[in-house]
Amino acid sequence: MAQAQLPLDTPLSLPEHPKAWKWYDYFTFNVDHKVIGIQYLVTAFIFYLIGGLMAVAMRTELATADSDFLNPNLYNAFMTNHGTIMIFFWVVPAAIGGFGNYLVPLMIGARDMAFPRLNALAFWLNPPAGALLLASFLFGGAQAGWTSYPPLSTITATTAQSMWILAIILVGTSSILGSVNFIVTIWKMKVPSMRWDQLPLFCWAMLATSLLALVSTPVLAAGLILLLFDINFGTSFYKPDAGGNVVIYQHLFWFYSHPAVYLMILPIFGIMSEVIPVHARKPIFGYQAIAYSSLAICCVGLFVWVHHMFTSGTPPWMRMFFTISTLIVAVPTGVKIFSWVATLWGGKIRLNSAMLFAIGLLSMFVLGGLSGVTLGTAPVDIHVHDTYYVVAHFHYVLFGGSVFGLYAGIYHWFPKMTGRLLDERLGILHFVLTFIGTNLTFLPMHELGLKGMPRRVAMYDPQFEPINLICTIGAFVLAFSIIPFLINIIWSWNKGKIAGDNPWGGLSLEWTTSSPPLIENWEVLPVVTKGPYDYGIEQHKGSTDEDEDEEE
Amino acid sequence: MEQIPASIWTLTAGVVVTLISFWVGHHHGLLPEQASEQAPLVDNFFDIMLTIGTALFLVVQGAIILFVIRYRRRAGEEGDGLPVEGNLPLEAFWTAIPALIVIFLGIYSVDIFQRMGGLNPGDHTMHAMHTPKPAVAVVAEAPSKTTSDATALLAAAPTPEIGIGASPDVQGKAPDVVVDVAGMQYAWIFTYPDSGIVSGELHIPVGKDVQLNLSARDVIHSFWVPQFRLKQDAIPGVPTELRFKATKVGTYPVVCAELCGGYHGAMRTQVIVHTPEDFEAWRSQNQAIATTPVIPSLSDRHVEEMGVTPQLVAQVEAMTHHHSPAKL
Ligand code: HEM
Ligand SMILES: [Cu+2]
Ligand SMILES: [Cu+2]
Repeated sequence: MAQAQLPLDTPLSLPEHPKAWKWYDYFTFNVDHKVIGIQYLVTAFIFYLIGGLMAVAMRTELATADSDFLNPNLYNAFMTNHGTIMIFFWVVPAAIGGFGNYLVPLMIGARDMAFPRLNALAFWLNPPAGALLLASFLFGGAQAGWTSYPPLSTITATTAQSMWILAIILVGTSSILGSVNFIVTIWKMKVPSMRWDQLPLFCWAMLATSLLALVSTPVLAAGLILLLFDINFGTSFYKPDAGGNVVIYQHLFWFYSHPAVYLMILPIFGIMSEVIPVHARKPIFGYQAIAYSSLAICCVGLFVWVHHMFTSGTPPWMRMFFTISTLIVAVPTGVKIFSWVATLWGGKIRLNSAMLFAIGLLSMFVLGGLSGVTLGTAPVDIHVHDTYYVVAHFHYVLFGGSVFGLYAGIYHWFPKMTGRLLDERLGILHFVLTFIGTNLTFLPMHELGLKGMPRRVAMYDPQFEPINLICTIGAFVLAFSIIPFLINIIWSWNKGKIAGDNPWGGLSLEWTTSSPPLIENWEVLPVVTKGPYDYGIEQHKGSTDEDEDEEE
Repeated sequence: MEQIPASIWTLTAGVVVTLISFWVGHHHGLLPEQASEQAPLVDNFFDIMLTIGTALFLVVQGAIILFVIRYRRRAGEEGDGLPVEGNLPLEAFWTAIPALIVIFLGIYSVDIFQRMGGLNPGDHTMHAMHTPKPAVAVVAEAPSKTTSDATALLAAAPTPEIGIGASPDVQGKAPDVVVDVAGMQYAWIFTYPDSGIVSGELHIPVGKDVQLNLSARDVIHSFWVPQFRLKQDAIPGVPTELRFKATKVGTYPVVCAELCGGYHGAMRTQVIVHTPEDFEAWRSQNQAIATTPVIPSLSDRHVEEMGVTPQLVAQVEAMTHHHSPAKL
């Protein structure tokens, strides 16, 4: 497999290492997986800020029942682009593109991804996609929600809608290219001394994620291309008055977009499985259960999409089949949660920012998961579908489950990426504000939905005003919570305490190289002598053969 | 604390968690009042899930907090925690228990859904009695309309096969009241095929088996009455039904739950549940109005693109304000 195509005049043991990368390297078609990972992370974070600003604008609008801050069409454009940006331009690129690219080769002892140039290409599809999405505002902005159901999407803001579709197809292509790369890299390039059961759980999660992306993304692309044709070229795949069927779109869309939820969450679960053992100083509880549950979620996750369509055109038998399959996903997810909680038991838990965010994720995800179970059952879903209960649920899962995990990952691996530690006091402040803000914003939304407030509305029944005001205050707390984080990142990147190679005493391979790592990761490839989670296990210090008998 | 055996603590915690969960499950007050036959079914099921959910939440959350406090690293403490890597019985237990819970919930939800009528839309005996003739009649009153495909589809009105159908006790019987419900940006139009009444609000008698035939003229809308716990999308080109019995006299909101454009949030009207006598009174009073010819005053766009009949326009004018976004 091709390794990184590096300029030959860069000797591996450059004296001024680890400062081998210059700032402008990050603006080039660089093929190093670490540069690409950071490119993804920074780009995604910029989009997070943009999407967050849109959220704050929406919440400001929703502070009162009337539509008095944004006009309703602009509200819908913000709502659509907020959802789109958060999913396709923040969580997915940050988790898969950012952490995946940065960590997978380091964790398996490879010098780079299998196809470095493909990797760079996959990243460079993102900026034009994002530009296209933002430029759509010049044409009014797509307004049909991130789901873009026809006929609404075929009749409103058609130019902006077409730009939206093209943007999604670009990021979708990026994600397919990335997935192929991850699968081949993990499959073929781990150091020979690493057994499959010593593969860090993050890599297992990336493997499952990539398989899922590879199966589901093309379906979304197909669905969107048909939509694009309906809008621009007079076809009628989804036009009921000309023999088309609007519900087909919903099937195609959700066949991708429900698994997309797992695309977002599986890599984050992977991050959790790395962060928790290191800071709890304990082996991860139930390694195999966690690895297999990722694969199980990925398989069952392909058969749950109709739970988004209980109130639309689905035959009754489908509602039943999909109720059951949806509920079943809760089991492997529960197994993971319980395993992480059990990992805390008997540990020596270091309550630093990374760990706080990881534990914060655990508690938020429990709530999001439980409300997900109620949504999975057809009778309750009929009542709360398309209401704020759903908005509450998916923000608990996506904010609590994704953003907390990404933050945990950033605090955990920042020293590896930059060679410097983040400031802990700012980190803890950031955590506290984020935790309070998230709960204040999203907890009351459950009640709004149950009581009768639909989602995606710029104006609502005045009886819901007091609760909405609480949510809006929460959103402002969340907005402010970013400030200590930004200060922390910028300051620590330049002036932070020097971290050393392994500040947390981690055992996975990325901690065996320098911080930041050399251009080809190691001067001499590492030999795996113990598992990635063997904290407190002395006898494992010996050879790998010894482990083999142990595990049985 | 050290002297009290762990099992006693576990037992006490278990009892406390159970009590709290039951209390939360039955006193949460999160749901609006119940006004349909289906509402108590949904609510009981929700209460059960909330009870189980609260228990699980307290146990997991409690464990997290307990472990974080108990096993936090104290100042100066070095070294690693206990090297526990797994525990097969424990893992089997926490896989099996949730699996049993979700299987139970799955089966139970099928049962509830069946009792709500969710499994019986398009019940055939019923449709033999209620032919789609009335819908045709409504359209026929508007010979001047420029062709609207949506209306043509409405006229064809094939048997709805999706939606919430008859609950088991009325299955096979014709509904007492049939209302054709059309969603359009941004109003609901209710047509009573047997009397020709067209209204911007839904009037129904309490305790009677009502069937709504849902259709959409432009984009997808979703008919929701929170107090009925019922919601059904109105999808262009897909005839759909929603059958229910209101159980309480009163006025409840009708909300559009599917994003249908900028003024989606303004697509609100009311359902008025009358006593049977009041309903008759309302019907006889309005029958007269409906037959009076009226001049359309909605914009030409509405009339031409949507094939709205003159009566309908007048009724919408009179009864809703949603057609005119400028006022909102
Ligand atoms: C920064 C804090 C956030 C706030 C205050 C916020 C607020 C909101 C609001 C007000 C809506 C519109 C709800 C509606 O009108 O139906 C919304 C929708 C949405 N949000 Fe967020 N959100 C935040 C973060 C996130 C994150 C981190 C994600 C994902 C990772 C996310 C994903 C979504 C999605 C997918 C939608 C649905 C858009 C649609 O219906 O088309 N949000 N959010
Ligand atoms: Cu609507
Ligand atoms: Cu609507």
